Amino acid sequence: MTDAFAALSRATPLLLLGIAVLIAFRAGIWNIGAEGQFLAGAVVAAWLGTRWGITSPVVALLVVPALAAAAGALWALVPAWLRSRFGVLEVITTIMLNFVAVYLVGFLVHGPLQEAGHTYPQSDPIAGAARLPALVAGTSVTWALPTGVLLAVAAWWIIARTTWGFALRAVGANPLAAAVSGRIPVERVGMGAFLVSGAVAGLAGAAEVCGVTFALYENLSPGYGYTAIAVALLARLHPLGVIVSALFFGVLEAGAGSLQRVAGVPSVTVYALEGLIIVAMVVVERRTRRAAA
Amino acid sequence: MLPPEAGTLAVLAAFCEATVRVATPLALAALGETVTERSGVINIGIEGSMLSGALGAALGALWLGSAWGGALAGVLAGVAVTLVFAVVAVGWGGDQIVAGTGLTLGALGLTGAVYRAAFGATGAALSLPTFHSLSVPGLVSLPVLGRAVFAQPAPTWMLYLLAPMVWWVLARTQLGLALRAAGEAPEAAVAAGLRVPRLRMGATLFGGAMAGLAGATLVLAQAGTFAEGMTAGRGFIAIAIVVLGRWHPLGAVGAALVFGAASAFQYAFQAVGVNVPYQFFLMAPYVATLLALAGVGGRARAPEALGRPWEAPR
Amino acid sequence: MSAAAAQLSGIVKRFGSVQALRGADLSLAPGEVHALLGENGAGKSTLMHVLGGLLSPDEGRIEVAGAQVRLRSPREATALGIGMVRQHFTFVPRMSVAENVWLGRPGLRFERRAAQEVVRRVGEATGLHLDVSALAGELPVGLQQRLEIVKVLSRDVRVLILDEPTAALTPGEVADLFAALRHLAASGVAIVLITHKMREVLAIADRVTVLRRGAVALSGPAAAQTPGRLAAAMIGEGAAADLMAEALEQSAQAQVSQGARSALSVRDLVVGGRGSVDAVRGVSFDVAESELVGIAAVEGNGQRELLRALAGLVPCSGSVVVGGSAQVSFVPEDRQSEGLILDFTLAENLALGNLHGVRLRPWHLEQRAAAVMAAADIRAEGPTQVVRALSGGNQQKLVLARALAQRPSLLVAENPTRGLDLRATADVHQRLRRAATDEGLGVLFYSSDLDEVLALADRIAVMAGGHWRWVGPSERTRERVGALMLGAA
Repeated sequence: MTDAFAALSRATPLLLLGIAVLIAFRAGIWNIGAEGQFLAGAVVAAWLGTRWGITSPVVALLVVPALAAAAGALWALVPAWLRSRFGVLEVITTIMLNFVAVYLVGFLVHGPLQEAGHTYPQSDPIAGAARLPALVAGTSVTWALPTGVLLAVAAWWIIARTTWGFALRAVGANPLAAAVSGRIPVERVGMGAFLVSGAVAGLAGAAEVCGVTFALYENLSPGYGYTAIAVALLARLHPLGVIVSALFFGVLEAGAGSLQRVAGVPSVTVYALEGLIIVAMVVVERRTRRAAA
Repeated sequence: MLPPEAGTLAVLAAFCEATVRVATPLALAALGETVTERSGVINIGIEGSMLSGALGAALGALWLGSAWGGALAGVLAGVAVTLVFAVVAVGWGGDQIVAGTGLTLGALGLTGAVYRAAFGATGAALSLPTFHSLSVPGLVSLPVLGRAVFAQPAPTWMLYLLAPMVWWVLARTQLGLALRAAGEAPEAAVAAGLRVPRLRMGATLFGGAMAGLAGATLVLAQAGTFAEGMTAGRGFIAIAIVVLGRWHPLGAVGAALVFGAASAFQYAFQAVGVNVPYQFFLMAPYVATLLALAGVGGRARAPEALGRPWEAPR
Repeated sequence: MSAAAAQLSGIVKRFGSVQALRGADLSLAPGEVHALLGENGAGKSTLMHVLGGLLSPDEGRIEVAGAQVRLRSPREATALGIGMVRQHFTFVPRMSVAENVWLGRPGLRFERRAAQEVVRRVGEATGLHLDVSALAGELPVGLQQRLEIVKVLSRDVRVLILDEPTAALTPGEVADLFAALRHLAASGVAIVLITHKMREVLAIADRVTVLRRGAVALSGPAAAQTPGRLAAAMIGEGAAADLMAEALEQSAQAQVSQGARSALSVRDLVVGGRGSVDAVRGVSFDVAESELVGIAAVEGNGQRELLRALAGLVPCSGSVVVGGSAQVSFVPEDRQSEGLILDFTLAENLALGNLHGVRLRPWHLEQRAAAVMAAADIRAEGPTQVVRALSGGNQQKLVLARALAQRPSLLVAENPTRGLDLRATADVHQRLRRAATDEGLGVLFYSSDLDEVLALADRIAVMAGGHWRWVGPSERTRERVGALMLGAA
């Protein structure tokens, strides 16, 4: 049943990125930059894993996720600051940084981070100690998956059962009322959500580099950051729903690969399907909103 | 490549020519999106429309055997793809940002699938009939700007024609007044007897047509072939250009020229012989967008009702 | 008897299960000012929307100049000479007066000169003058309303409908408006004035029709009516009618509390405005416990900035001392965009601004909400209902209940009864009065409706140009307060 494991492996980054996107969207922040934030975390993880000479798994566990999350948050900081200070639409700035991130990776794997032989555009293999152990031996399914599930549950609890989550939801639903009647610091909540979103995305990048690819190279992400938007929307921005939604897309994307091998249907069609799902969810949201009125 | 003895004037002239050439598709798409946004709709799916226009132009040029046929096919493809967005976002009042994102993703997948179905997955360059440079005799000989302005392919000439036309319609006609009212105060437009959804639909589809034309320009007047994802974010840059141009059609053309210049710097550097990794040149337009948006601010003077879905009460 | 300019007969209109109009009749004679009176929900707006082509009736006849018509859109109504000036302005702020007047006209080019000519013509005929190149958004409120009227009059009208036109006008502007209406009526236009102010009805109208629950309760010459009769027609018989009548009339109760403790003490308060000009310029005053202080002011004279500074939403300098528990609660004017999160439930909205700690207990919030709903008489399906579905009156009750639940010493309110019908308005006034009396709450409120300020406040102050001026007991008349609002000494 290698296909089932392939699906789970594909679902893992989608789960983490789905949570990242969800946190921002719930606060009314259109973070389309999960792709770039993912790569930022991947870059830092690759740098730590190949150039720092880490020999202890404990050190790796302490340092790699923290710095990768920080990298993701930093990548989100620019659009967040531009939005806060200048009122610039984050949709545009996050997408711009996605492209910058892709080219940055290209530069790094052709240059400073390139493998010792200087032949291939990729990094050295990640040091053994820094590698994420597999959940099921012989597959690409790592401990990042259960971590993602835990994160989803934590996200649900924070959003639904804490005052922080309430503030997040209020800001996303009506920032004006949140400020005037709720006395909520809207700017700070928005900024916080944006940075946390970036951090989680960075974590996803590290998980991919340290657990699946074991190296950094171009085209590391087949558009995970964009698929994650479809994942989050299909789950109606509900953290527990994201778990199911990520699995669904994992099956879809893993299946698309074999569909291409078997039936000759281009795997790129999956993008078309994802686009369709996003558009469909927009219509559903509008219909539900009107029915409640 | 210029011979080393070409001199600074020649370098400058080549730089200007490259600027106008690169700016043309950006300006066309931004012109269309300016009209769309003035009517109150933000369509970030023009990236998808542009890409569809590019593929449509490639297919059309091949099947019809002419560059003009390709351009027409590109425009139609852009409109067709934008129609989906228009129905969902304008007709049914769905969230414009999300619908636009979905559209771009969908178009990315669809164009990739259609391309591979038509030409196989190898990615070999096609040989297409293209637009050649049209020059105005006499004016072409002006120093520095001569070739830049007066020796460009047909799409650039269309831009020269369309930009003032769009300005005139927006500023001096009843239609333009109606469109602007739909974008500033839709309730006022309705009270004046105007049909807001219809106006917005028209404006959105016009934007789609222009985005399709922009994509056709990429294929038929620049690259000479189609490659998957070849728009590489130009649609998003066009949206930034609308902001930088302060939602004014001529401002959009100006801002597009600035971006063209930013990209053309690459050639200037190469001509001078500076050795910078090429990825940084690829990054330049995107970084420039960020800086420019920061300088100008995001929502200054945006149409008041931009992005808010409108539904007629009944 | 000249033919009616327009006639509505037996109009029935349903919205889902709600019956808005149950066979209403209205006859409009040319040259006559006809007042249409009634509570919100009585159907007067609905009836006028039918005449204006915005709604189509389920049953009934519409006749214009003797001929039966079907009005399928505002365009068709306009073509037949029916013009409507709505309560909420419908101009484009960033466009000039000329562009606003010419918006929607057929033709290719925008004819600026023709627009200019039309505005001049209307100005001469009615006395309502406007500068064509001014930006609509930059005009003062009185002129903005003038623009609305000129827009309508720029096309030939035989019926002019005005929906609550005096709501935000100073007494001087009201006088100008009524003079213009008299001019218009003299030229043969039939005018319909939708209003809830009986004083206006008796001042300007020739005929009056009262709607109650979608049907006509009274119709006749205005000269033959008394406030009591009109009130009874509006709400039905019973003791309630007398209470309402009193609430509707000006009652100047000067209940100045002597020697009471201070709920609010303000000294030299300065609040910045746009640009370099301060909105509030060194204001000093006190509000006593159990006292209701009302601010009368024309839009843009610093009253909003003052209230928001006291609510802690806007920075200020000077001294502000709140007595008692030092808790200040705020009721914003726009309940839908600032007071409530429409997609949240009742319980969640009550929790806005009232949350402490980290943990959130939904069940706990719902219990609290249920208790508040009962005490404040908020009609809804339950604490988990989404607030969007509530009526305006219930939404406002919710906002007020939330403010009072915070046990404040000072309540600051902007237009607390905006958009509410008479019953809901009287209810809000009652609650405020009771909270002041029973709990020693000090209330500082601003209302753009001068009559409300005169009726509700114990003491009145006028704000003009950022300065504060108390109104003396002998000055509590509409004319005097109106003059003070305009800066008269």
